[in-house]
Amino acid sequence: MSKSLNLFGGATVATVVVLTGAYNFADRFVEGLPSDAPVLEATEANPFFSLVAAAEAAPEHVGKYGLGRVALPEEIDAWNLDVSPDGTGLPEGSGDVLTGETVFEDNCAVCHGSFAEGVDNWPKLAGGDGTLADKDPLKTVGSYWPYLSTVFDYVHRSMPFGAAQTLSADDTYAIVAYILYSNDLVDDDFVLSKENFADFEMPNKDGFIIDDRAEAEYSMWRAEPCMENCKPEVKITMRATVLDVTPEEEGAADEAMAEPAEAPATEMAAAEPAAEAPAAAEPVAVAAAAIDADLAAKGENVFKKCKACHQVGDGAKHRTGPELNGIVGRAVGGADGFKYSAAMADHGGIWTVEALDAYLADPRGNIPKNKMSFAGLKKEDDRAAVIEYLKTFN
Amino acid sequence: MTTETKGKGASRRQFLTGAAAIGAGTVAAGFARAAEPDPLITEVQDWASATGAGVDETPYGLPIEFESDVIRRNVPWLTADPISSINFTPIHALDGTITPQGCAFERHHSGAIELKKEDYRLMINGLVDAPLVFTYEDLERFPRENHVYFCECAANTGMEWAGAQLNGAQFTHGMIHNMEYSGVSLRTLLEEAGLDAAGDLADKWVYVEGADASSNGRSIPMEKALDDVLVAFKANGEALRMEHGYPVRLVVPGWEGNMWVKWLRRIEVTNQAVESREETSKYTDTLADGTSRKWTWVMDAKSVVTSPSPQSPIKHGHGPIVITGMAWSGHGRITRVDVSTDGGITWQTARLGSTQGATKAVTRFYLETEWNGEEWLLQSRAMDETGYVQPTKAMLREVRGENSVYHNNCIQTWHVKSNGEAENVEVS
Repeated sequence: MSKSLNLFGGATVATVVVLTGAYNFADRFVEGLPSDAPVLEATEANPFFSLVAAAEAAPEHVGKYGLGRVALPEEIDAWNLDVSPDGTGLPEGSGDVLTGETVFEDNCAVCHGSFAEGVDNWPKLAGGDGTLADKDPLKTVGSYWPYLSTVFDYVHRSMPFGAAQTLSADDTYAIVAYILYSNDLVDDDFVLSKENFADFEMPNKDGFIIDDRAEAEYSMWRAEPCMENCKPEVKITMRATVLDVTPEEEGAADEAMAEPAEAPATEMAAAEPAAEAPAAAEPVAVAAAAIDADLAAKGENVFKKCKACHQVGDGAKHRTGPELNGIVGRAVGGADGFKYSAAMADHGGIWTVEALDAYLADPRGNIPKNKMSFAGLKKEDDRAAVIEYLKTFN
Repeated sequence: MTTETKGKGASRRQFLTGAAAIGAGTVAAGFARAAEPDPLITEVQDWASATGAGVDETPYGLPIEFESDVIRRNVPWLTADPISSINFTPIHALDGTITPQGCAFERHHSGAIELKKEDYRLMINGLVDAPLVFTYEDLERFPRENHVYFCECAANTGMEWAGAQLNGAQFTHGMIHNMEYSGVSLRTLLEEAGLDAAGDLADKWVYVEGADASSNGRSIPMEKALDDVLVAFKANGEALRMEHGYPVRLVVPGWEGNMWVKWLRRIEVTNQAVESREETSKYTDTLADGTSRKWTWVMDAKSVVTSPSPQSPIKHGHGPIVITGMAWSGHGRITRVDVSTDGGITWQTARLGSTQGATKAVTRFYLETEWNGEEWLLQSRAMDETGYVQPTKAMLREVRGENSVYHNNCIQTWHVKSNGEAENVEVS
């Protein structure tokens, strides 16, 4: 991380500073001008201004084509987050096991289990020590991962699933400390920090060899192959249909659909207006009529933040979170077949628009100890939009 | 869009029933003589009389409805969630070598994202003379190259390590596609940023990273980075599909698909491998003694018969049959494919669909022969330009043990039965 910063020679520092200003102006304009932002000349506001400036004023960019522009230090800092085994790239910070337990419970346990033991098909992060040579090795952070840097790097950049890049450096140190603790690799008073990070050696550090297929395989298998009488006999030793784990591609469900495909189509078409007509008098229709389509469309976009855990629409199923069809007006903790936290199951009440808005603004503050690991939607507009979108599934 | 079960075509079950009936009924050899005139010929059909669709009806065409079963499919039990999962190319229903984008397999770690060209930025940083940021437009101003390459997930055929498991070439071998890419060589971009700062390039790496929430990142040795790696923005002549990394993905010819980072946003020149999650915890190969191979990047030579196969049974009568399949090697060109119908006792050399197999790309093979209702144990065996011969599963297990997940390039066997059905089997 930031390895490139020292590549700027002293003479170019001034250029970089100038470019920083230019970029910020252009960028702010593109992002939508804050009310206190400096007023810009039309020419400066051109989003291409910074590119032109960079190309003209950056003598160190001596590429053959002169395309692109020099990356600014802030930009490199924002993206250059990867951490290497020797600790290169680690941010300042620290975290202890006990803090990690709390942060893990809030952000990770819904998939990985409170003790990092894994839920459903989600990865187990702890256990498996000494199993790598067994028939079904259990590969976890503790039993398999060779470098601690990989844990920090992955948690910090790619987790939690559906809310990546939301964990602070300190929280990440704490989570990593807790995962080590879950693997019995540290005591409960352990504190992980940038300073002691590189000292920690993972149990399976020496468990890897570099690809040796050239020696172990290619040398044997680069030979003229047999064409006749290559073996005395052949027997079938295993059949896929015995296991029967292949998905039915146009299977039972589809055949059932296919059978009535032709004739009942007209029946359905006829039935639709019939179903709609009586509904018009019902309160449901009022709700439907009240939907702001533009707002709901914005909400569909906001819902991307929810999709990792929640499904809506036809065939929606419970996943990490409950399916949300009809959530507006549904009882809190009221989806059949979903395993709620005690906090949610015992909460009571109805998911009114107001209740959803308050919950989505601060999920953990609003219903403490519920297991939804989502930081919430800070913008009121986003909450209104996503609730409007959810209404369309009522 | 992928789908698990959609498709209006005949179901496989119906297919097989039909196949069995035809197989049993049409036994006569030589020219068949029709008992009655075919009404499809003797009667004027609607399509020969009324007019068809106008040119304004389909601005962007999809396959005709009768092909609606030629789709990607997934195996729900494989992964915890379809957002971080994989689906499979319907290779049993395709021919030639190029995979249409719309049915080319997808593998995402945090779902396929919508990233506009205008919002796209590519950064090159690290040990370069000048860290640079490119826009999409910038990329299109560099000299461009076109190459056909296969992209195979390292886990392709991985479910078959323990034994014959999934009944269909799509499921056993469908984590592969083969497309023509248009893009800029990574070498060009690295040289634009300047590599003097990196000093001796022999021990340097590039770390490549995607813009999606998984920020999938892999370390690639500089030698490969400067060899044939492509920063691609078109596939088969048109923009990449969202699910394949629109607007820009990395193409790492011959190497495992996980390294072909989609939504490519950053290339960092480093002096060490980052040892990211995808190159330590995953995409490593544990041997019998518990040690694991890492950096097993190259996809070794491999082939599979795509028809006949479980999803593509023999539906015609006895007599002439075309056995076909695909072969590929991450080490270069496919030079030969042999086919066995007796489970590997005897082999015949198949005809390659193109005389000049492209390097690190799929080659089509055909064996035109006769089938008269006998049972077959159908196999194919690829050879590449290095002289490497595709091994059996037993040979792989002998070296690697039984705990492998990735890099299963073993010879596949289909048991073709007398009624034309085929089944995935393992043989001695």
